[in-house]
Amino acid sequence: MTHAGYIAAGWGGAAALIGAYAAWVLRRGRALSRQVPPEERRWS
Amino acid sequence: MTSPTSTTVSGTPSGDGRAAHTPAAAAPGTPGHTGSRASRVLGILALGSIVLLVLYGLVWSPADAEMADSVRLMYIHVPAASFMYTGCFITAVASAMWLRRRTPGWDALAGASAEVALVFAAITLGTGSLWGRPTWGTYWTWDARLTSTALLTTLLVGYLALRRLDVDPTARSTRAAVLGLLLVPNVIIVNRSVEWWRSLHQRSTLVKLDPTIEGQMLVALMVGFLAIGLVFTWLLVHRFRVAWLEYQSERLDLDLALAERRAEAGRTTGAGEAPA
Amino acid sequence: MWRDAALVAGRDLRVELRSRVTTNQVAPFSLLVLILFAFALDPDRQLLERLASGLYWTAVLFAALLAISRSAAIDETDGVRDALRLSGLDPAGVFVGKAAAVAVVLLALELLLGVGVVVLYGVELAGAGLVVVAGLAATVAVAATGTLYGALVSGLRVRETLLPLLLLPVLAPVLIGATRAFEAALAGVPADGWPWCGLLAGLAVLYAVAGALAYGTLLEGS
Repeated sequence: MTHAGYIAAGWGGAAALIGAYAAWVLRRGRALSRQVPPEERRWS
Repeated sequence: MTSPTSTTVSGTPSGDGRAAHTPAAAAPGTPGHTGSRASRVLGILALGSIVLLVLYGLVWSPADAEMADSVRLMYIHVPAASFMYTGCFITAVASAMWLRRRTPGWDALAGASAEVALVFAAITLGTGSLWGRPTWGTYWTWDARLTSTALLTTLLVGYLALRRLDVDPTARSTRAAVLGLLLVPNVIIVNRSVEWWRSLHQRSTLVKLDPTIEGQMLVALMVGFLAIGLVFTWLLVHRFRVAWLEYQSERLDLDLALAERRAEAGRTTGAGEAPA
Repeated sequence: MWRDAALVAGRDLRVELRSRVTTNQVAPFSLLVLILFAFALDPDRQLLERLASGLYWTAVLFAALLAISRSAAIDETDGVRDALRLSGLDPAGVFVGKAAAVAVVLLALELLLGVGVVVLYGVELAGAGLVVVAGLAATVAVAATGTLYGALVSGLRVRETLLPLLLLPVLAPVLIGATRAFEAALAGVPADGWPWCGLLAGLAVLYAVAGALAYGTLLEGS
């Protein structure tokens, strides 16, 4: 594949960024969930 | 001044360092996270479509005649840009709804959507820049789409900065809502004027791709839209729930502080003169 | 509403005149920006002259940030905000008045900077009609937008740093339009510049209306 480096960087970077953000959101979600009693939530 | 909170409320301190509220009683089935059946299904679909995208985008679709394999970056770049705009639009609508209804859910949605949009803005800029290097020789061309995306990124950063302010929550939400509402006209104006400006000097570079794409490449692009769209939605759902929990947590903190105050006042009036 | 606007505009301008901060600090600062550009770019006069329109409007924008910050600061002192809310003044009128005051200050600064650019960069004036109209339209656009965004950050500790971050991206189209219009005028092809003038006028109207509508909410909600 030509330009393999750029494609790897682009796809890899996007995946890394989304993965890191998703991990951060989920972790924050867990931390906050521990503080907020279940009645205050709107999902289950 | 004593702080009875630390003795009466059990539980491990939260990551923020505040004393934790009474943790959710061990009621069976209470999730300690922001997931739900719906979001899990969404997540699985998203993962599936990502796999499809990898197959179509990297393996099954051919290289472009002119751009060779760098066209494969477009399968992420173009959908990412679209969903960045979608996120801005959602923020604007949520801001308007908040100004109308004043319910915290809309404020949470506005903030969550802007943050997710920022992530996709970064991806748009990154993939666009990496596409530009082999194609045009430079990492940055002052192309209309890249330039207006860069400006839009600063708009989002500014909006998120405003949201982080340390003021009364209603005031913060009001200001953020007005700013959020203005996002849509700002985006449109910036887009149009940058395009007009750059068209004076440059034939459009990235836009050229869109109408001429066809065949397997078109399929790959469509799959790209599907995958990015599902990922965007999944991220938005979870980020919204986090924002909602943040709001609840702040509210509970406030209630706790008020209760503390009242308890103290009750005790001191019982003892005689209230302290100045 | 217009009476309220005149009242507020008069007050803002009187405060500015009495404090003399604009004349003593903002004006010299904007000239300083012009001089800095000469240091940054080779004072080979041809380069400066060619870039004059862009440099001019960039300097105007920096000066505008200061002017708007000061305009917002007027209402931040104790109780002024509450007084405005309770006074029964039409919020749209307050907005128009403040924006008008900012526009007047900006026009003065622009004239000064214009002289500066002619003297320091060796610019030859041409296309006066386009220059005046574009200048006016851009000024109104900047004043209206700035007053609205000034209200968004008014009263905050971080006002000084947040205002530029919020306002400058929004003013980018104004910068584009004003620069192109001026370039066209100075190059002797005003026909190229009038469409950009249209953009500037459109932006001026848009933000004037938006500000008038939103000011009430911002006054209340903060």
